[in-house]
Amino acid sequence: MPSTTYAGTSVEVNEEGFFEDPSEWTEAMAPQIAREQGIDELTEPHWQVIKFMRAEYAEKGTGPTVRVLGKTSGVTVKELYQLFPKGPAKMAAKIAGIPKPRGCI
Amino acid sequence: MTDTIEKVSIIVSKGSLEGVYPALIMANGARAEGIEANLFFTFFGLDVVHRSTIDHIKVATVGNPGLHLATMAGGLPGVSTVMTHYLAKKMEKLDIPPIPEFVEMIADTGAGIYACKASVDLFDLTKDDLIDQVMDIITVGEFYAMAGGGQIIFT
Repeated sequence: MPSTTYAGTSVEVNEEGFFEDPSEWTEAMAPQIAREQGIDELTEPHWQVIKFMRAEYAEKGTGPTVRVLGKTSGVTVKELYQLFPKGPAKMAAKIAGIPKPRGCI
Repeated sequence: MTDTIEKVSIIVSKGSLEGVYPALIMANGARAEGIEANLFFTFFGLDVVHRSTIDHIKVATVGNPGLHLATMAGGLPGVSTVMTHYLAKKMEKLDIPPIPEFVEMIADTGAGIYACKASVDLFDLTKDDLIDQVMDIITVGEFYAMAGGGQIIFT
């Protein structure tokens, strides 16, 4: 299992870079993960989505779909794709330190 | 896992529920993976982007052996409507949006939505007959130019 270092702490990630253990994630790690994904700066709406992802994961054990994000996170689908151009559900899950969502929608 | 797909252009030629959903799911799924996607609606697929038919896409209950329903039964009035309603309920539980919402969402993901010029002419339609998400009515040549460098999927 590969490990990587975020914010000075070593964490275990899978081959695709998703956290193996979401409890190892801290907010201080997010900006560095985001930069690796091509997002130079995390703005307020980025954080809104990241926090929503964490909360959904904590409650349901899986990250939300883009449809759910668009309906309930307070950020529209259009904005989500502007914030996370390489796929909001996937990118935001990685930055939020939760597993990659496996839905088809 | 080194080869990647950067762009898909999906042609939708059918106006039945089972002909339309796979294309929408593939387009939406492409965008979710960061893949550029274009949808090109042609022939009966135009029903999906036509204002008066987008709400009425139904599953084919005749000539559809996969449904395991006797052809005579499938042809009875209302069977297609009932079957479509049944599927819609199951899909909602799986977080699969109804077609109008799905098309709007796919447009919001940044995917391109286009109508085929030959089909629009064939059915005597104009851009006003089509939903707002349709970016343009294009020729097959323009479609190929747009699809350049990517994968083409026909449904």
